[in-house]
Formats: sequence, structure tokens, C-alpha cells
Amino acid sequence: MSNSKILANGVDVYYGSKQALFGISMDIKEKEVTALIGPSGCGKSTFLRCINRMNDLIEICKVSGSIKVDNEEIISEKTDVVSLRSKIGMVFQKPNPFPKSIFDNVAYGPTIHGLVDSKNDLEEIVHSSLKKAGLFDEVKDRLNEPGTSLSGGQQQRLCIARAIAVNPEIILMDEPCSALDPIATAIIEELIDELRLNYTIIIVTHSMQQAARVSQKTCFFHLGELIETGETNKIFTNPDNTKTQDYITGRFG
Amino acid sequence: MNNSVAKEKIVSLRKKRSLEDMRFKYYGFTAMCLSLAVLVFLLYTIFSKGYTAFQKTIVLLEVDYNQEVLKLTSDSSDEEMEKGKFFRVKKQAIENFFPDLSKSDIKLVKKLFSINVDNEIKDYFLDNPEVINTKQQIWVTAHSDVDQLLKGNSRRDVPEDRRKLNDIQLSYVDQLVEENRVKQVFNNFFFTKADSRHPEIAGVAGSFMGSLFTLFTVFILSFPVAIGASVYLEEFAPKNRITELIEVNISNLAAVPSIVFGLLGLGVLLNVFGLPRSTPLVGGSVLALMTLPTIIIACRASLKAVPPSIKEGALAVGATKTQAVFHHVVPLALPGTLTGTIIGLAQALGETAPLIMIGMIAFIPNIPTGLTEPSAALPVQIYLWVESAERGFQEKSAAAIMVILIFLFMMNAIAVFLRNRFERKW
Repeated sequence: MSNSKILANGVDVYYGSKQALFGISMDIKEKEVTALIGPSGCGKSTFLRCINRMNDLIEICKVSGSIKVDNEEIISEKTDVVSLRSKIGMVFQKPNPFPKSIFDNVAYGPTIHGLVDSKNDLEEIVHSSLKKAGLFDEVKDRLNEPGTSLSGGQQQRLCIARAIAVNPEIILMDEPCSALDPIATAIIEELIDELRLNYTIIIVTHSMQQAARVSQKTCFFHLGELIETGETNKIFTNPDNTKTQDYITGRFG
Repeated sequence: MNNSVAKEKIVSLRKKRSLEDMRFKYYGFTAMCLSLAVLVFLLYTIFSKGYTAFQKTIVLLEVDYNQEVLKLTSDSSDEEMEKGKFFRVKKQAIENFFPDLSKSDIKLVKKLFSINVDNEIKDYFLDNPEVINTKQQIWVTAHSDVDQLLKGNSRRDVPEDRRKLNDIQLSYVDQLVEENRVKQVFNNFFFTKADSRHPEIAGVAGSFMGSLFTLFTVFILSFPVAIGASVYLEEFAPKNRITELIEVNISNLAAVPSIVFGLLGLGVLLNVFGLPRSTPLVGGSVLALMTLPTIIIACRASLKAVPPSIKEGALAVGATKTQAVFHHVVPLALPGTLTGTIIGLAQALGETAPLIMIGMIAFIPNIPTGLTEPSAALPVQIYLWVESAERGFQEKSAAAIMVILIFLFMMNAIAVFLRNRFERKW
């Protein structure tokens, strides 16, 4: 398929001797929001972290199978993890701005990748990233204040700006709103909707409403298996699988 | 069980439980008071024994800077002045110290003065060359025996043969006191001079500088190594048998008696590598080995305390592992590592045994000016003075303990300051 951005095929993940994911195969389209839902411990975060090889940090974690990003295999010894991660940004569950100024938080990525030649360029990237993350107006007068001084929702948008600044094609979001209040959540959701125009987004969420609101595709995970995947509308109104049906109607999970 | 029975049981047990609370509170309070009392007693003993060392006794001496006696003229060059016969001036001054002294009396009077008086007479002249051919009243340092007597540290009611000063000398001292020709002033020698066989001119400057040079060596050697080792072990090393073994052995090394490190220094640094004996370079190297495990453990703890989410954030924007560690984790852990290092240095400052092994216990009457010059260290100096038979050294050792304690308090205060100032809450 031409507009398939990420193509996973038979992905198995083991934590030591315990298998966490069983043969996950998935096809993620470009410039769409794909939501991964499922009860706690079902492996959706694990799968998300396979896509930018964040699982490498966990010593006992072993990944096998195939994930292709733009038709390039990334589950391989030869994969250049650093450039992979510059192509795939990530936003974490808990906002984790660096304990540096707001400006430096956003500037860090472009600086280490050498994306800028002058101070002006850097400033431009920082400003445009903050604008895209919908944070610029709130912080434009205090770019030198520490990123940690912002509110939780602002910090999360700062992290989104930080991810955008290196000009990725894909953004992974691991329960980005679970630590936020409803108002901050609504702002982030709106932002996700806007970002969809330029980025391929995969979001892990515990909130079914959120998945229904922001995503076009939804994948339901259960006990390490991908149970069902499809159009969000269809999954939430007329799922094929009874487990999916039970989960979205709140019978378990 | 019905409700009222349960209630009764709770009430009866409740009393016992609150009694337990009280008892434990008082145990804790008593324990704290006890340790405080011991500390106060310790400080009191040191202070009451040592504070007199900060004063010295000086005696007014009339010196006649006669050019004949000095073998100088008013237009002598500086070099010639250096070689003036000041000991003859001093001899004359002492002969005329009291009127009509017999030869044997002069011997006794001479023992009231410090050996340093020659130098003081000379220094006074070099500072004021215009006093040639005049008589000057100058204050010179008294002998330690006089000093101790006037400070009340040695008693005069014991039989004459068990005293340092005999009856005639005592009467001389009394006469001086009566005539106001003796007084006590701040003892600058204690802070400006190195060790000496004569208590009145012995000071801690030599051993203090020795300790500073030693600590400098410890810091230069152990800090980079400790940072490197702990960053590697914490962030880069694969978790396997070998690293586990290394980790266990770092903890083991921290518990090795310090004298063993001293033996290592003696056997390897001195005998195999032939480094100069008794020097801060060798002492510092040995102490660096000794403090290294302590610092590594502290560094690793502070690296561990940096939340992994920061590193993940850096990696997720495409930082390499080294960048993530050195741009984010290490700077955040730095206050903790510095605190750990200072605590390690404080430990090194108080260490005596390994220094004895590598010969820093030698008698060094000079203030060291470099890492490869023989020198003493503060704790060894204390050890040397405590061992000395001379009464004058007793107060010196207590005062030197005060100096080392203040040094330690200051280092710990810096550590606490760094911790409070730069500590981050997550």
C-alpha cells in the first residue's frame, strides 16, 4: 500500500521469559490518528515503545518480528536508533520537561541534530514549534523561565513542542492526558486534531471517549494480543469481536 | 463478637498502645540527650585544654644594637645586615636583664627565653635599620616553661627537682610579673609556623598546608575517576556477572581498613615507583584510593536519584546515550556527587594510619610549598604532639584538634549548602 506509514508484522515482545506481545501485525496510515486502547497491562504501551525502539532501555526486553517505517526495517541490529528517534517523536505519560528554560527545552533537539546554523534559525524553530503546540502565546514573555514552572497541561504541550522541533514525521503519545485535568485534556485533544494534518500520530489512551474523539483508527489490545483494529467509528459502534464489545461497553477492564 | 465487647477491647488495648508510644518517645529523647552530652563534653574538654594555645607569653627585653657588637655600620648592605652578630647582642641583653647577675644566674635567665629570640632581635633590626646604636625595648617570646607556668598549666607547689623551673627562676618570673615586663598576647606563631622541637614556636601552618596539598591531590585523583566509574557503572555497563562482581567489590573496598591502603602506598608507590617519601603526593594518592569507593557509592546514588524520565525525554528527541547522560543526567547529579566528594575528602582529612605508613609522620620543621615536598598532615601532627613529653605540646594538640574540627565543620557546611542550594524535588 502506498500510504502505509508503519507496517508491523508478527511482533513478539518478551520481558525475560514472560511474553508481553503475541504476533502483533498492524498497518498504520499516514497523517491519521491511531488510538491504541485496552485494559492495563495489555501491551499497548509496549507496542508503542517498539516503534521508536524505546524498549532498548529495558535490558530484559527482547523484540522480534518486523516493523517497517517507510518500508525500512527498524527491528534490526543495523537500525540507526538515533535518526529513527529524530523521525519519530514521543510524548510521555507524565510531562517530563528538562529542568532547563522553556527555550532550551525546545531548542535541545534541533541543537543536537545540528538542524540550525544560526541563533536566529534556532529562535525561529523554537517559536514555530511552540506555536504549533499552541503554547507560544502563553509563554512568549517568559521563555527563559524553567520549563518545570509551567502547569501540568502546559508542560505536556511543551513536551509536544520539544518533539515537534526536530521535525518528525510520526508522533507517539503514551497516555499524554492521564496526568492532566479535563480542561488541559481538552486543549491537548484539540491540538492532536490539528497536528494530524502534518503528522502521523499514534496515541495510547485509557479513555474510550478520548479515543473516540481524536482518532480515525482504533486498535484494541487484550492480554498482549491485537484483538481488533478498524475505523474508530466502527469499533465503537459495531465491533466484530465480543471482547471489544465487552471492553468498550465497560464490562471489563 | 458484638459491638460493645469490641469497643471494650479497643479501649483497653488503646491504653497499652499509647503507653508504648510514650515509652518509645522517651527512649529516643534520652538517646539523643546522651549523645549530645557526650558531644558537649568532648568539645568542652578540647576547648578548655586548647584555648590557651592561642596565646603566647612575651617578655620585654632591652636590646642594645651597638654597631661594634653587631659588627655592622649604618651603611651596611642588606646582605651584610643578614650576617650581623645578633646572638652577641642577645647575649648582652640577657646579661643585663636583671642588675648584677652572676654567671650561673645568667644561665638560668637565658632559659626563660625562647630559642627564637635571636631571630626576633634580628627581624626587629632588619625592619628598623635606623635603630643602630640605640637601646630598644622589644617584646620577645618567652620559653615554653615560663608560658606554661603563667598559664597555670604547670604547678609551682611540687618539689623543685620535679619542676622545669627552679626556685630562682620562679622568683625571676614573679619579679617580671610584678614589673609588668611580661604579658600574654595572641599567638601568631601557632598559625604561621611549622612544627618545632620547642613548643612556644611550634605551629600548625606546616601541617595545615600539608593537609591542603594532600586533599588537593585526593580531589584531583579521585573526583574524575569516581565520576567516570560511577557514570559507566550506572548508565553504560551491561548488567552481568562481572559488573555485579565489581559493584560488590567497590562496597568491599570501602570497608577495607585504611592502614592497608597505607601498606599499599608503602609497598607500591614508594618502593616500586620510587615516589618521594613523606610527601602530599604520595599521601594524597593513598587517601584517594581509600576514598574512591566512598565517592563512587555517593556518585552512583545521586545518578540513580535522577528520574529516568529525563533521560527518556532526551533519548526520545534523538540524543545519543552519551548526550543524554552528559547533557542531562550528570548535570542534575552534580550537586549530589560534589556533596559525596566533600564527605569523602572530610574522611581523608581525618585519616592518620595510612599517612604514618608512608612516612608523613616525620618531623618536618618547614612549611611545604609543593606536592613533592616532605610535609606533615593535621591528624599526624596531633598524634605527634600528643606523644610529646613537653607540657607545652599538650595545649597545642588540643588546639590543633580545634583547627581540624573547624576545617571539617566548614567542609560539611559546604556540602550541606550545596545540597540545599541545588537539590531538586521531583
